[in-house]
Amino acid sequence: MLGKKKLMVGGLSALVVGALLTGCPPKKEAVKTSAVGVDAASKVYVPPGKQDEFYVFFSGGFNGQVTVYGAPSGRILKVIKVFSVDPETGYGFTPETRPMLMTSHGFLPWDDTHHPWLSQTNGEHDGRWLFINANNTPRIARIDLTTFETTEIIEIPNVAGNHPSPYGTENTEYVVSGSRFSVPVPQRDVPIESYKENFKGVISFIKANEPGKMDVAFQILMPGFNYDLARCGRGPSHGWCFFTSYNTEQAHTLLEVNASKNDKDFIAAVNWKRAEECVAQGKAKEMPATYYHNYYDEKKHMAVSEVKKSVKVLDPKECPGVAYFLPTPKSPHGVDVSDDGEYIVGGGKLATVIPIHSFSKMLKAIEQKAFEKEIDGIPVLKYDAVLHCELEKPCLGPLHTEFDGKGFGYTSCFVSSEVVKFDYKGCKVVDRVPTYYSVGHLLIPGGDTKKPYGKYLIAMNKITKDRQLPVGPELLQSAQLYDISGEKMQLIHEFFTIGEPHYAQAIPADKIKDKVKKIYPLAENEHPYAVKAEKDARVERKGNEVHVYMTMIRSHFVPDNIEGVRVGDTVYFHLTNLEQDWDIPHGFAVKGSEDAEILVMPGQTKTLVWKPKAPGVYPFYCTDFCSALHQEMQGYIRVSPAGSNVPLKYYTGTPPTAQK
Amino acid sequence: MKRALLALPIATFIFSCQPKPPEKAQEPTKPVEQPAVVEKKEEAVSDKGIGPVTEVQLGPIDQTLVKKGKEIFDSKCASCHKLEEKYVGPPLKGVTKRRKPEWIMNMILNPAEMVQKDPVARGHLAEYPIQMPFQDVSKEDARAILEYLRSVDEK
Ligand SMILES: [Cu+2]
Repeated sequence: MLGKKKLMVGGLSALVVGALLTGCPPKKEAVKTSAVGVDAASKVYVPPGKQDEFYVFFSGGFNGQVTVYGAPSGRILKVIKVFSVDPETGYGFTPETRPMLMTSHGFLPWDDTHHPWLSQTNGEHDGRWLFINANNTPRIARIDLTTFETTEIIEIPNVAGNHPSPYGTENTEYVVSGSRFSVPVPQRDVPIESYKENFKGVISFIKANEPGKMDVAFQILMPGFNYDLARCGRGPSHGWCFFTSYNTEQAHTLLEVNASKNDKDFIAAVNWKRAEECVAQGKAKEMPATYYHNYYDEKKHMAVSEVKKSVKVLDPKECPGVAYFLPTPKSPHGVDVSDDGEYIVGGGKLATVIPIHSFSKMLKAIEQKAFEKEIDGIPVLKYDAVLHCELEKPCLGPLHTEFDGKGFGYTSCFVSSEVVKFDYKGCKVVDRVPTYYSVGHLLIPGGDTKKPYGKYLIAMNKITKDRQLPVGPELLQSAQLYDISGEKMQLIHEFFTIGEPHYAQAIPADKIKDKVKKIYPLAENEHPYAVKAEKDARVERKGNEVHVYMTMIRSHFVPDNIEGVRVGDTVYFHLTNLEQDWDIPHGFAVKGSEDAEILVMPGQTKTLVWKPKAPGVYPFYCTDFCSALHQEMQGYIRVSPAGSNVPLKYYTGTPPTAQK
Repeated sequence: MKRALLALPIATFIFSCQPKPPEKAQEPTKPVEQPAVVEKKEEAVSDKGIGPVTEVQLGPIDQTLVKKGKEIFDSKCASCHKLEEKYVGPPLKGVTKRRKPEWIMNMILNPAEMVQKDPVARGHLAEYPIQMPFQDVSKEDARAILEYLRSVDEK
């Protein structure tokens, strides 16, 4: 219902815009392009053979992926599969990658990804990893930026709707998680009407700075509000993370009305260094919880899952100073910390002002105990004691803010479809530009770090009707690129994104591109079923299992003729791509396969599992056009009836005279 | 609520009505760089090939190097090259008699450019229509493979 209303409002403001603009330039075409400066094309044109200045990582929303674009061109570079299966590469289908999608609820090949977060060192992007959350079944994934592949996923227990996630700390000590939907903790069967007594919010800190070792370090038990977004401090505010909350009314039905009653909700300020002290002093309780940690080893080309059985939970009543509430008008959505680490900007989607809190005032208020009241052991600070200023009448529906490193904040405004630029110290709006339409998140490369690259801003819009060729009732969302290097923001480009991207992060290409892997070195391949030389390719039977150790190189398989398989067997094609040259994957597909094909990267080993159902001779082939003789890259596997005694035989080239 | 909704867009869009310079077809300010096209004149034919190797000193056959070279050959070359028979690529017995050591190493280390520019390598592409892959072989590895091929030809 809320969503529908937003749509209508967005449509309305779009209409208003259209009507107004038709008032000046008469033609409809002019309406659509009039906001674009005359020199826009030259600012975004990247000639063939030249490369972009920035990598941009968009969350894929309901497709569970991440899409990588170049900026300023808006060219797509890659789609990274995270909480989704991939029929192209076999991610989520192969035995090597299925463990990545294991959870305490079973194998979950889907989720809703919202907020990519680039790892940081000293408050700056370091180009090592990208993290992203799964909202629906709470998880956090690590993507390795040498391969642009998902290498680690941890499930978060005791949480539902992992929305304020995975924002991290300035040295990537932790990435965070929170409950958008408070639930009974631990989960149990209670009446929903007992919300106030039984439902809790949980904020988690996940250890993130060592690949393969992600871990829920500790959780903090919070009142049963809805925790919505987060940002961690930097510089002076390093050691603190901030979480917006709404539904401080603790409603559990018709939230559209019932969660909008309070004039102010809260930003929760969490002191994680204090939490670490309390955990070290043994003040956290071990709570039974089942959750998965999945790790993909790039040398073994294999993921493993481990099941964890308990988690440390901290009650603020037992750890004074771990959390405070900052009153914030009204149903705040985004919470964003300025590059100097001093200002905390709340985006109150129903508020008429943008509140800007001061971190140093907050510390002072804590010292002076300027508390209004306490909720479940968490002091509520006095609004006036922590407020730096209220930015008056900025726009309608302010959501998210990023910073340019020059003293300005930029806030996206969903309802009025615009971006406002403001001086956050002086507390005044200095510029505004329209978006098309209903902007959600926005990004400035490095806009959440100590050193933003204040050159571009990208607005991510929810509604794009009339912006592109129609392709049926659903349209891709749009990303609009603005030049913010001057005083006035200038729209210079628009491109369309996959899924429903929520947030994105961008980093100068120079920080990543020279570290990117071109191949997996064959010598380092530790996959237990790898075959590193053609002469070692073979077929082995183990009961009802037939293991085919197969190699691939331009343009043949070894072996490419296999006999002696029977109906009832499970055939494991373990394929090693012997190529050691960039951009030469080989594919593998066999007729009647119930899984995806697999695409094997140079030096990598992957497995396709196949259960033939009827006797016959089945072709298999390479699916990736690899050379002039790619078409010839094929083979046959003969399947005999169950119980027959056709001998196991395999070859490439001259058939063997005797059985091997 | 509706009134508030209207007020802001109006304020915002008044600015859009300022006269603007007429839009015209845009030329990119920077000259467009052409994609890489091989338009160099045929390089002077050198029997050493094209690549990082300009000079190889050959001594008596070094058996340690031969052993290393055979291992690399088996894992990275044998998928396409047999010694005695035509396979995916040409048979390699006798290659050290036919080609200069520099040419052999450059072919291993720089196959893509060799096939484009070296007349002999280019000729091979017509007979064996597969671009020889670069197999992430280092200069030292290529030297070892050469030593292995020499040992084959000495037999
Ligand atoms: Cu192929």
